[in-house]
Amino acid sequence: MNNPLTMNRKTAQFLIAILSILSALIVSTLIIFIAGRDPIMIFQKMFNATLGSSYGTGQVVFRMTTLVFAGLAVALPFQVKLFNIGAEGQLQMGAFAAAITGALLPASLPSLSAISICIFSAMGAGACWALLAALLKVRFGVNEVIATIMLNFIAQGITGYLLTYHFAIPSTVHTPPVIDAAIIPSFHSITGMFPKSPANLSTLLAPFVALLLWFMLYKSRFGYELRATGLQPEAARYGGINAGMHRLTAMSIGGAAAGLGAANILLGYKHYYEAGMSSGIGFTGIAVALLAGAHPLWIFFSALFFSILEYGGLTVNAYIPKDIFMMIEAITILLVISFNALGKRIHQ
Amino acid sequence: MGVAVRLCGISKRFGTFAANSNISLSVEKGSIHALVGENGAGKSTLTKIIYGMIQQSEGEVYIQEKPVHFSSPREAIDAGIGMVHQHFMLIPTLTAAENIILGDEHARLLQHLPMKHLKNLIRKHAREFGLAVDPDATVENLSVGEEQRVEILKLLFRKASIMIFDEPTAVLTPSETEHLFTTLRTLRDKGNTIILITHKLDEVLSVADTVSVMRKGKITGTMPAKSVTKPELARMMVGRSVLFKVTNPPPNPGETVLKVNNLGYCTRQGVEKLHNLSFKVRAGEIYGIAGVEGNGQSELLQALYGLAPAGTLLTGEAMLKGRSVLGKNPAEITLMGVSLTPENRLRHAVILDYTVSENLLFGRHREPAFHRGAGFDNRTLNRYCEQIIADYDIKCTSPSSQLLSSLSGGNQQKIVLARELNRPDISLLILAQPTRGVDIGAIETIHNKIIEARTKGVAILLISSELEEITALSTRIGTLYKGSIVHEFSQEEVTLKRNSEDEFQKEIGLHIT
Ligand SMILES: Nc1ncnc2c1ncn2[C@@H]1O[C@H](COP(=O)(O)OP(=O)(O)OP(=O)(O)O)[C@@H](O)[C@H]1O
Ligand SMILES: [Mg+2]
Repeated sequence: MNNPLTMNRKTAQFLIAILSILSALIVSTLIIFIAGRDPIMIFQKMFNATLGSSYGTGQVVFRMTTLVFAGLAVALPFQVKLFNIGAEGQLQMGAFAAAITGALLPASLPSLSAISICIFSAMGAGACWALLAALLKVRFGVNEVIATIMLNFIAQGITGYLLTYHFAIPSTVHTPPVIDAAIIPSFHSITGMFPKSPANLSTLLAPFVALLLWFMLYKSRFGYELRATGLQPEAARYGGINAGMHRLTAMSIGGAAAGLGAANILLGYKHYYEAGMSSGIGFTGIAVALLAGAHPLWIFFSALFFSILEYGGLTVNAYIPKDIFMMIEAITILLVISFNALGKRIHQ
Repeated sequence: MGVAVRLCGISKRFGTFAANSNISLSVEKGSIHALVGENGAGKSTLTKIIYGMIQQSEGEVYIQEKPVHFSSPREAIDAGIGMVHQHFMLIPTLTAAENIILGDEHARLLQHLPMKHLKNLIRKHAREFGLAVDPDATVENLSVGEEQRVEILKLLFRKASIMIFDEPTAVLTPSETEHLFTTLRTLRDKGNTIILITHKLDEVLSVADTVSVMRKGKITGTMPAKSVTKPELARMMVGRSVLFKVTNPPPNPGETVLKVNNLGYCTRQGVEKLHNLSFKVRAGEIYGIAGVEGNGQSELLQALYGLAPAGTLLTGEAMLKGRSVLGKNPAEITLMGVSLTPENRLRHAVILDYTVSENLLFGRHREPAFHRGAGFDNRTLNRYCEQIIADYDIKCTSPSSQLLSSLSGGNQQKIVLARELNRPDISLLILAQPTRGVDIGAIETIHNKIIEARTKGVAILLISSELEEITALSTRIGTLYKGSIVHEFSQEEVTLKRNSEDEFQKEIGLHIT
């Protein structure tokens, strides 16, 4: 509280977040209005269908969980000034790895080990995929934005090929389901909350992981070095900090977080891998991270916002075309990113 | 003559802290007005207010007797005010001429830039004010002095008649400083007004017409520079009398700690920066390296601290107590007991967005004494910070929450010096330009601490472009010219010649140019 400068920065960040959400809402309202619908009615319907019902809340919780992980996947590399556009590909690789592992495990395995093995394989696959981009950056100076975008395409290609030619159940477009023991139980089956919704116990992992990463970043020596690398790489070198190593780890941790997001969808909900199941969540993750200023704890709020928007959009399908809502979501992401960039410029 | 800048009751508060309080000051048109004062006294803040970079909390600014309210430097520039910052704001990849017109192109978007006219103008100014710069040279290839000339040309091009210089001489060599002063005098004689912030009191007395002393956010006195002496100024600044000469008791050197033998440094492009460079530093002595910047100082530091860029060819040897440091990384070299204070501290030795305490820890964060679990031991850390802040009189309000970037320039410098001089168990201390940007009181403290470390038996390598500092502190002196030590003064010579300092400095000067 004593220092005006840090306070200013924090308040500025907060204001930017609020402003971008507000302007997104205004733009949405306008678009809905132009599309010839009553915005108030649409927002009301959206609310009723999301937080207004327990099924809707379940849906929101489920999506929020994935988004928290996707947001962390972008936020961690962001702390060392790496822009991870590849959460999408990392998520896909993670999901595929979990699906194959889960299907191949012996059915007699106890649940806890089956779930852990599958989660670790998802995290491992995501981490490796991210590490690839980081290695290209650290070893050869390849721009990570381009590398991760390309790796997204490659991930899509690999999973698509393996699915179609090797793993899909004949005459379907999905893999065989994972063994029962590898399924993460839904909230409904355990507590009776959120009936029929895909919300599952992996949600409980989210705060745990976010807290862990927060501690790692802001309280540990490791995070002290990592953030220094991001802020002033040259000074870090003088201070005896191995910047390359921190770039590699930050990116891998990000990829592993994307893998956790994949586990939520695959082990908790779908139980098998099918083409197109990540549906751009990795990209929404970019907006989630930016809106939260890449802070592991604030990510919860921004993930909540985007999950309401996303699921809410689906529920009002009958009143407003899906394309319009896709547009609104993309505009919101764009606004969040623009406001962030603008805020940076003003602060310099 | 009239008043160029009049300040009435200016106050500036950051939170509850008053960086400037109730300042009233008149700067005469066509004069050089020096502003001196301790680190953190509020000099930069005051000039930033005049330049519209920050806005005052209270008070009025009058430019040419008209009240003004600048909300950005743009408006100040339009009112004929220019500022040369301590850290130049040029774009390294553009040419001098391009940098000069940047932001003021006098051309429409697609119109051809009036380059020819501009270059002629640059040449004309260059002749008139002694600002020789090649308009076509890329800025990254210019020396610091030349970069500064580009900054001044930029002001002239914008028709500034009030020019503010924040510590312009801190990074200049003595001859470049002399050159700058000639330019300043010419500018003044043509009717420009100059506000000059500096910590070097000799400079104030030689170039300024009027001098104002600031202390703790207030102006404590304004007087003609002719009417005051250096000790008087110093007393007004820090509130006590300052010893300009550090007491340097006879050294008692021990065994050799650092032995550099035939060191060669060849960049990836094949440019030879160091060759056949040899010297030794013994425990308990200060080995001073005198030289004009750009003769291999940076490369020597890089070689000794494992910072040479990939592709550099290092030959010869550099042994620390019999173990080679070449090919090791900074973390390993630190572990061998070496501490480095690099010359560009804001870029290499601090994290501007970290707090003061986090910065006091930077580079020392691997010391087990500060550890607790996976994090840091806040109790130890706080105690250490408090002690350093008191010892070095660092002006800051709350070390654990204040960002380093909000400290005054000199206090940022002191953080690095204090941190490195305080390192336990070191055998070699490498200091590059240790007193750059700090006030005379702090110079005294830092010099004493350096001597203290030497007396404890630390080997010290001192690289400085201030000959005064080199002669006052060193046990032995090597002169660096074009990448080698071309001459060495022995301990006896140094002790003897220290008594006639001016001649000694002249003699050193002969070896470095
Ligand atoms: N943005 C800021 N937030 C908080 N405090 C600040 C800020 N800028 C400056 N200060 C404080 O105001 C005081 C005056 O700073 P200023 O930079 O004007 O000093 P100075 O006289 O130029 O010192 P130096 O000789 O070290 O450059 C310092 O104590 C500094 O910590
Ligand atoms: Mg200053």
